[in-house]
Amino acid sequence: MPCDQAQTQLHGYLDGELDALSAASFEKHLETCPDCKQSLAVEEALHQSIQKANLYERAPESLRKSLLGNPQQLPAVRSFPATRFSPGRWLAVAAVLLLAVFIGWRQLQLPRGPSDAQLMAASFVDAHLRSLQPGHLTDVESTDQHTVKPWFDGRIDFAPPVRDFANEGFPLIGGRLDVAGGRTVAALVYARRKHIINVFVEKAQPDSHWNGAGEAQGYHWLAWQQNGFSFCAVSDVAPTDLAQLQQLFPAQ
Amino acid sequence: MNVLEGEDRSRFEATILPHLDAAFNLARWLLRNRTDAEDVTQDAIFRAFRAFGTYRSGNARAWLLQIVRNTCFTWLRQNRMAAEFMEFDETTMPQESENPETLAMAGSDREQLTRALETLPDSFREILVLRELEGCSYKEIAEITSRPIGTVMSALARARAQLRNSLSQPASKEARRAV
Repeated sequence: MPCDQAQTQLHGYLDGELDALSAASFEKHLETCPDCKQSLAVEEALHQSIQKANLYERAPESLRKSLLGNPQQLPAVRSFPATRFSPGRWLAVAAVLLLAVFIGWRQLQLPRGPSDAQLMAASFVDAHLRSLQPGHLTDVESTDQHTVKPWFDGRIDFAPPVRDFANEGFPLIGGRLDVAGGRTVAALVYARRKHIINVFVEKAQPDSHWNGAGEAQGYHWLAWQQNGFSFCAVSDVAPTDLAQLQQLFPAQ
Repeated sequence: MNVLEGEDRSRFEATILPHLDAAFNLARWLLRNRTDAEDVTQDAIFRAFRAFGTYRSGNARAWLLQIVRNTCFTWLRQNRMAAEFMEFDETTMPQESENPETLAMAGSDREQLTRALETLPDSFREILVLRELEGCSYKEIAEITSRPIGTVMSALARARAQLRNSLSQPASKEARRAV
């Protein structure tokens, strides 16, 4: 791979957007190219400092209230104006309908697009992948739940349930803040044998009560709702391990 | 005249309004000002509400953010001086001599990063906010900014280079910031 191409690919690599083949060929290039290796380190450092700077600005409460609390505030919605049609137009409408039916039929032949749950899971799997980049795994590194839990105070507007499950085979490694699906979430990091498990925790959102399990980009995910929190565990461990970890979070 | 009834209204509140933070954050960074961002976000939400008849399903966040950025750019065109819109020369090469440690230290300063981001041309700032703050995939970025997906990676590469460049020469652009 020529270097100038690698310099661009580096961003896809960093963002987890390269397909497996391109990622492999980029990694191969890295082995022989100290310049690109240096560039990757620079870009990683930049990415990390942006994440640490916590630049995300949430909507002020006043705006939220004016839109949410008072639905009357929203103007009436006109979906389609009722227009008077001439006979000629009806013919055009019929043609469009025919085309729409044809396109719809063609669409049925194609695989269906991802569901909301799959999109959510994909963003958590992305976050998991990012966390595996060197230096990204934890903001607070501790096996002590009494160190990790207070660390989140003031950094996030809820207190995630932090427990160490070392005795059950899932030692706590630490925690960090992450962004998934556009929201700041708490990430609890556990080890399972040689593997890393990210458990993403956020306040349950009114729009997403998604549960389930699946696989994306070779990683397993398991999502559940508990005590007003949404959990999503992501790892390359077996789905049964994730289920076991889920059981450990106590229902209150 | 068909008016969206209560059902659609609650559907709007359930699918679109959860992305209010995303909408505000994008507006704040595009407009570089929280007060303007609040007004423009509200305007964008109203527009989204009026256009909700055309929203079927799919990525609600991308759908809303597309409306937000278009509303922002319209607002900017109307409210900012033409000088602000001088085309940025994207061929300008970035400085190549940063060392990761110093960069990490410098970048950890929130104010410095904010200033550096705010001196970037709109399109660079936009793509960085979508990727780094909002965590959008390349596909979503392509959808929101109406650009071909094949150009997202190179645009991000240029934007990041420009941000590093801007970080390495702080304060000199202070004047540009004062609008």
